[in-house]
Amino acid sequence: MRTRLGKWSLLLPAAALLALPGISSAQLTQQDLAQKLTAESHVANMTGHAKSAAADYRRYCVGCHGELGDGNGENAVWLDPKPRNFQLGVFKCRSTPTGTLPTDSDLFDSIGRGFDRSNMPIWNTLTKQQRVDLVAWIKHFSPRWANEKSGDPITIPPEPEVTPERIKAGREVFARVQCWKCHGVAGQANGPSASTLTDDLGRPILPYNFTEGSRPKCGDTDKDIYRIFMTGLDGTPMPSFADNIKPEEAWDLVFYLRTFMAQPSKEKAMAKQLGLKPVDPNAPAGQQ
Amino acid sequence: MHALLGLRLRSNFRFATSFAALALVVASVVLTCSQPAHALPAFARKYGLRCSACHESWPMLNYFGQKFKDNGYQLMNDRDAPIWQNPGYWPVTFRIIPLWHRVSTGKVLVDTYTAGSTTPTGSAVQRVTSSGFDLSGLDFHTGGILEKNFSFYVLPSSDATASFHFETVMARLDNLFGSSWLNVKLGKFELDNLLSEKRILTLTGNGGVYQLYHFVPQGDGNIFGQMGDNQLGLEVMGHSYDDRTRYSAALLSSSDGTVGLPYGNGYTGFFAASQAFDAGKLGVQRVGFYAMVGEAPTTWLTQTGPSGSMVIPGSGIGNKGFSREGFVGQFYFGQHVDLQVVTQHGEDSAWFGQGYGDLIDGVVAGNNTTGTTLPAGSRSPTWNGVLLEPHYVYSPQLIFIGRYETIRMSQQSTPGTPSSFGNISTYTIGYRYNPFMTSRAGFAWHNEYNWLHQDGTGPTLGLNSANVNTSELLLGFDFDF
Repeated sequence: MRTRLGKWSLLLPAAALLALPGISSAQLTQQDLAQKLTAESHVANMTGHAKSAAADYRRYCVGCHGELGDGNGENAVWLDPKPRNFQLGVFKCRSTPTGTLPTDSDLFDSIGRGFDRSNMPIWNTLTKQQRVDLVAWIKHFSPRWANEKSGDPITIPPEPEVTPERIKAGREVFARVQCWKCHGVAGQANGPSASTLTDDLGRPILPYNFTEGSRPKCGDTDKDIYRIFMTGLDGTPMPSFADNIKPEEAWDLVFYLRTFMAQPSKEKAMAKQLGLKPVDPNAPAGQQ
Repeated sequence: MHALLGLRLRSNFRFATSFAALALVVASVVLTCSQPAHALPAFARKYGLRCSACHESWPMLNYFGQKFKDNGYQLMNDRDAPIWQNPGYWPVTFRIIPLWHRVSTGKVLVDTYTAGSTTPTGSAVQRVTSSGFDLSGLDFHTGGILEKNFSFYVLPSSDATASFHFETVMARLDNLFGSSWLNVKLGKFELDNLLSEKRILTLTGNGGVYQLYHFVPQGDGNIFGQMGDNQLGLEVMGHSYDDRTRYSAALLSSSDGTVGLPYGNGYTGFFAASQAFDAGKLGVQRVGFYAMVGEAPTTWLTQTGPSGSMVIPGSGIGNKGFSREGFVGQFYFGQHVDLQVVTQHGEDSAWFGQGYGDLIDGVVAGNNTTGTTLPAGSRSPTWNGVLLEPHYVYSPQLIFIGRYETIRMSQQSTPGTPSSFGNISTYTIGYRYNPFMTSRAGFAWHNEYNWLHQDGTGPTLGLNSANVNTSELLLGFDFDF
């Protein structure tokens, strides 16, 4: 008996020693996070402190995003899409170029706006200070903020007047950069690739259906829509088109996308007058 | 007698000391082991949110929960419609509280006996104390969305013997014409009190209600102005996108929420409005007002009389007026401390003050029939009151509750009545601890003490003062699933 125990007493610590580095590199622990509670955020003239958000995070957020911010809260198993894993430091809604960290204002706006087609509510009942503090709290989960700075927001030129010509030009852009492959020719999220899409973590994901009346995840103003396809939604198959679409073309595309949307708009009325038809995927380039 | 009283006092003192020690130990344990509380789990299950997201401490709403309610139990994030729910989801929650409590009432009239007599020979006044294990009533909450912007709430509620009534039954049309400023509710519902009695954090007999919401002067027959009770009617309410600005206007039957049209054709209006402000690190502060103005019957076509006739339900006429109005404030001082304030000025018609009103339930004996006149000098009884309820929220799992209410008569209906007759002062202290917090169920260890003092309402029997003091201690498991 004593001999057996002796063997185990040698084996167990050895196994634990071998396993430890794997565990610590796989996931942040409470101790790791406690050291990062000095994280700050800055929105307008407000400064957020991670420490100040601890109670609010626990009250409002932890059930989905988890104690460690890894998106594994107790409800995560029931949710689709899954809650954001803050430890990865990858965010869909940014004003910054693809691959870069969002600004503090981007995170602040996301909290107050909430996300349609997900379980993330609109947290605009919190004070601005509470939201700024929560931004700092979110930042303390990811080592990315310790090593990188937020990207610089992209420049968005002033919005031009909507004209029928611009809507038609937007239709050309829609065909050229092949938005229809995922979003479908009428924006109904039924393009040929739609059913095959997965996010960066390999989970199935649906493209946005412009026609069902829900708000785009990252905002529903014209500027927001412009920003979405020029920065891309990091962590999803939606890429940035900043290298493929010129700024003035981007506005044309915004106007064309508006024609799909359920809400009444000038663009929709103009498209009706023009008798605009969906793009033809088989048409030769430039002959839509 | 004195020795016995002394023994009893010492015994009570020892009990109180033991209780205080136990409460301190429990509080210390709770404070040191508080880990990652408690909502209508039917909603929490649907949305995957913890109770604490909507409740400061269940069932009291925080600002996010108030907005959720104002939106017709919708988060407005496209996941509200039933199409998103698991087909197996059934939005039902039950709540009941097994408890132990000790109730002590002063100056109760009791019989006295002479030696050898089996029939009472006189009366005396003494304190009556009873204690033991007990149950609360049972509530079945069911509410949610029938379709986007069509919501409902049904709450069958029983007393502790399982005798059921409908506490709430209402359907609501939300965001009419796409505007959050227009929502319509029809049925039996809680009034738009920012500090809602239906969401009260305390459970004792006197502390489990807001005295200010039910106050009726002594001898007054108006039961119809109780703004703490759910009422039957139609409410229009609206709010800004972030719920900082709110208004509501309700037309109610003057029936105190009793179904079956038992009283008459009187109507009451309830109006409320409030505005919240973002005060930076202090939190969101809200101030508002409410007014309840109505009429209710004092005349009944029949009454129990020599012929054996009974009051005909619904036959009340001779409506007389009443009003309750005041200010409401919700003040937050950082993440842990808040203070809820409600004031009230109330007035009843002199007819109510002189004992006319709810004859049908036997609350009064007077019937304002043709030719009835009020005693000379009768006046409308009026009063003023204030309710202060501070909370210390240690964490979403642990809340300490305090409350002080005082109601002072400013004018008695009958001249010469002592000015303080019927005045009420009461305080309540307690805490609720939720040992776990999930989006599936709620459980709270509840401890509470209430003390209530009312002037002049005890039997006199030669006593210098007939003021009555009542106290209650309650410990219980408040759970819902």
